[in-house]
Amino acid sequence: MKGLDRLKIGEEAVVISTSDNRRLADLGLVEGTRIKCVLRSPLGDPAAYNIRGAVVAIRNEDASIIGVETDMS
Amino acid sequence: MKESKRAQIVLAGNPNVGKSTIFNCLTGMRQHTGNWAGKTVASAEGVWKEKASPDPRAMMKDIGIRQELPVEIKLIDVPGCYSLVASSPEEEVARDKICDPDIDGIIVVCDGTCLERNLILVLQILAHRDDVIVCVNLMDQVRRRGLSIDDKKLSGLLGVPVICTQSSQRKELRKDLAKVCRGFCRKSSKYRKCSGYCHELMEDPKETADKARYIADEVMIRDGETDDISVRIDRIMTNSLTAFPIMALMVMMLFWITIQGANYPSDLLGKLLFSLEEPFHKLLMETGLPLSVCEMLSSGMYRVLAWVVSVMLPPMAIFFPLFTLMEDWGILPRIAFDLDRCFKCCKACGKQALTMCMGLGCNASAVVGCRIIDSERERILAIVTNSLIPCNGRFPVLLAVISMFFASGSGWKGAIILTGVVLLGVAVTFIASKILTLTLLRGRPSSFTLELPPYRKPQIGRVIVRSMLDRTIFVLARAAAVAAPAGIIIWIMANIEAGDMSLIDHMTSFLEPVGKLMGLDGVILTAFILGLPANEIVMPIIMMVYMSRGTLGEITDLSFFCSLLTENGWTMLTAVNMLIFSLMHWPCATTILSVRKETGSWKWTAVSILVPFLSGMILCTATAFIYRFFL
Repeated sequence: MKGLDRLKIGEEAVVISTSDNRRLADLGLVEGTRIKCVLRSPLGDPAAYNIRGAVVAIRNEDASIIGVETDMS
Repeated sequence: MKESKRAQIVLAGNPNVGKSTIFNCLTGMRQHTGNWAGKTVASAEGVWKEKASPDPRAMMKDIGIRQELPVEIKLIDVPGCYSLVASSPEEEVARDKICDPDIDGIIVVCDGTCLERNLILVLQILAHRDDVIVCVNLMDQVRRRGLSIDDKKLSGLLGVPVICTQSSQRKELRKDLAKVCRGFCRKSSKYRKCSGYCHELMEDPKETADKARYIADEVMIRDGETDDISVRIDRIMTNSLTAFPIMALMVMMLFWITIQGANYPSDLLGKLLFSLEEPFHKLLMETGLPLSVCEMLSSGMYRVLAWVVSVMLPPMAIFFPLFTLMEDWGILPRIAFDLDRCFKCCKACGKQALTMCMGLGCNASAVVGCRIIDSERERILAIVTNSLIPCNGRFPVLLAVISMFFASGSGWKGAIILTGVVLLGVAVTFIASKILTLTLLRGRPSSFTLELPPYRKPQIGRVIVRSMLDRTIFVLARAAAVAAPAGIIIWIMANIEAGDMSLIDHMTSFLEPVGKLMGLDGVILTAFILGLPANEIVMPIIMMVYMSRGTLGEITDLSFFCSLLTENGWTMLTAVNMLIFSLMHWPCATTILSVRKETGSWKWTAVSILVPFLSGMILCTATAFIYRFFL
């Protein structure tokens, strides 16, 4: 398991633990959601993720408390 | 018939799925639309009327109904929301409307390209009420990606009517929606109504999300799914090497086209309008009005009006459509994405970049737009610093000074300088935000999410017509409405003597020391004070006061003004500080009232006046000091 913010561009993963951030849950980011990092801002923070078909930017600080499991590991 | 009372239907859905576009299409109204989440911040209401249309099938089937019933529905367009659990004021507005028992039905608009996410809200609403129609919008984009949606199956799974639409085909959209709504209104009494928002009805987010995923997988038909081109464009737009140069270039292009394109028409319009002053004066004389009244109307009111129209109209008519095209294409969220890191440094919200972009159009509406920022602290921060971005009313001042003193006749030079001025405003916004978060608005940056919608091809023709007619004419009319009485008042002040000086001379000589200290003069400060109702009239006031000193003859064209200014002691320093002070002084009266309304506090209203004013005063005094001692 690693933090969502550690995903590289193009890398896919499955969410295994979330914070109690209601907004992210409403966007469909819950345990079991497949997530893919698609973009990173030119200054490194935030990064944009594909969540259920929509591209959503999340700051690294918020992403780091979301645990994900990449397919490789 | 029970149709005596108009049915009320709410248009709800996730942000940026095309609710306002559908609303405009059905009601013929003109809500502003744009390709970014949070464009609509307040509800809008309108009446959707559809004439009774003969339906051959209905005529054959039953003799009773010879034609489809006419539709007359009150439509309510609410701000977009991701969930019924509201986390910002405008989401609360939406939630309350969606759960209002007096509403006769909800049309939930969904973005077909990310149906799964949109279904989460649909399922939450369906937990509250059954009188729902699901409208899967943006079908053109769905098809372009090689996808299709089985609407019958979706309807079966959700248990409510489903229609697929695309807002570019307005006729079909109206027809399809009318068809569903007719049937819907006829049986609406059968549906389970809502009795207000109830938190118990909300499932665990995971369960809802899983259900949404299941349904979306069932109804999505993926054959030959192609990658969205947006991601490839975004790789360039967010690349660490290219992102900032591209953004700067785009802003510069925007200004260059505006300056270049407005140059000639402005000159022509100016010549025409100023040449009409003389005939206008003669015409007034013939009506038998006293000479002083004629003077007041022609060299007071008319002259200010002529200036405002000739200097404002051409740049606005070019800038607004161009800006709207960028907005519709989807550039704004990318700017926010690229700049968020800087906002985070100031403990501000990245969405502030969106409200700053809106400030380029009008600070007052941008202040209202700050509702998209969830955290109260960050919203106030965005509100009180917004007027550091020059709005369209201040562009004419900036453009006039730039073209007279720094870039005569050179469009690209003017564009670079104007971009520099705007960047200075951005830099001061960051500095002021940083200072405010260290003092008055302490706190941690809240978490935030920002959606990056796919780029959408703007409907170029419509955008140009709409932004010309709606925004340009509206803003111009507002400016003219202020300019006409202001022209009269200034004329009176310049012509009524108190003691040995006119009223305006009393005021300017009173402000002269402060003005001189800031590298300006008393007249400029007077103009900014009198220009409080609308910044557009600052330049005309300056011109009028200088002219009332009676050193120069008739106005022939705009180049006349440059010599007028230098004759009245304008130097490079005055011009530079004029740019700085137009960028940073107090917000216009409309903006101040908006701030009061949005923050509900006089304290923050005062801060919103002091922040730009103090920044401008400090910077101007500093440049004046440097200029006088080192140059």
